[in-house]
Amino acid sequence: MPQKKCYVAPPPGVEPSKLGGLLVVVEGPDSSGRSTHTRLLSEWLEQKGFAVSQVGLKRSALVSAELENAMMGNVLSPRTMSLFYATDFYDQLENSIVPALRAGSIVLADRYIFTLIARDVVRGANPDWTEMLYSRALVPDAVYYLAVSPRNLVERTLRSHGCLDYWESGMDIGHSRDWFESFVWYQRRIREEFRRLEQRFRFETINANRSVRTTQNDLRKRIDAVLQQALAKL
Amino acid sequence: MSNHEQVPGKLIAVEGLDGSGKSTQIYLLHQWLQGLGCKVFFTEWNSSELVREATRKGKKRQLLSPATFSLIHATDFADRYDRQILPMLKGGYLVLCDRYTFTSFARDSVRGNDPEWVRANYGFARRPDIVFYFKLPLEIALSRILEGRPKLKYFEAGMDLGLSPDIYDSFRIFQSRVMAQYDLMADEFGFTVVDATRPIHNQQKIVRGIVADRIDLARFRGKV
Repeated sequence: MPQKKCYVAPPPGVEPSKLGGLLVVVEGPDSSGRSTHTRLLSEWLEQKGFAVSQVGLKRSALVSAELENAMMGNVLSPRTMSLFYATDFYDQLENSIVPALRAGSIVLADRYIFTLIARDVVRGANPDWTEMLYSRALVPDAVYYLAVSPRNLVERTLRSHGCLDYWESGMDIGHSRDWFESFVWYQRRIREEFRRLEQRFRFETINANRSVRTTQNDLRKRIDAVLQQALAKL
Repeated sequence: MSNHEQVPGKLIAVEGLDGSGKSTQIYLLHQWLQGLGCKVFFTEWNSSELVREATRKGKKRQLLSPATFSLIHATDFADRYDRQILPMLKGGYLVLCDRYTFTSFARDSVRGNDPEWVRANYGFARRPDIVFYFKLPLEIALSRILEGRPKLKYFEAGMDLGLSPDIYDSFRIFQSRVMAQYDLMADEFGFTVVDATRPIHNQQKIVRGIVADRIDLARFRGKV
């Protein structure tokens, strides 16, 4: 398996050299099919005989409930939200991702630091500050970004939820009073930010405007290549 | 730390070991400034309504790692900073902080976090106009806290570092390391060092003298 490392340095107590397994990240906006694809990938990998562990955002034992509460109110500053999410992230990194990799599992992350960085930067955070905040994260073995056009995204969101989400529409930023307009604007800004991150962190963009099956097959082909490469090194 | 933006308010922080008497001193300073009719706002470490519950749970159930211990305190600080400290400074208040970012710088480094990382995470915080560091010999600070064999808390005693299975020993070692960090920062950040072995009222006289000397208090009086 490829040697694990962190972007700048590991958090205290984490030894990347002792980790095995694979860390595979699926990024993308809500309604891009992310959850469906991670579920299908997990089933596929288990069929192939690999142990799979799924992680995501806002799922830590430490702060997920408190963060959820804070987001229901109207007093959460963007900076406080950044740090709250960072706390949630590192708690999961240390208590879910690291133990799973130590056991040699494949960790499928339904979003990772890139969504967090993109959101913060769109909300005015200094990109250097945000990247430093996540500089203790493990470098994934592969990152796939599910790209969907804003038009498709809004259609899928309306179809499946019947309404737009406050945060996913960037309503807190106050760009427009019109939710639809704000959603499209916000998702465009996030997309731009991901383009910048794509260069910096070298991840693969997957055209997720296609059907679930086509997109899933594309993902499997790419992950298979990563797996073959990792297994060859064993 | 960034002080790019000019603000009409002034920021005063107190730092020091547990048992240094800093909370008493800032309380007395607060009373005095209020008595003078100054616009003054007081805030203490780890008191954000939004975050406190998560921190309490994390400590009680011992869920915190060095990294998340640092980040959850930064979250608490950011909430108070954005909603209270900075607006108060912009509104022309004297802002008094019982512990500031330096508490994290000291404790989180002792816990093994990279000092650069911790400082960068707090990079948004303004540097205070005055930081009083209440310095006293380690043995005196320890005896003030340990005299009655109180029930020490797990993280307070640095038990998470595995320094000693005995909580009192652990507390002693942890405090000595925190103190070393404060001493290093005293130069780095230009702390105003106060001899915390002196009688309380003597220290307070010194503190008030320095505040009156460095800050034009007349600007903060009246019109509240």
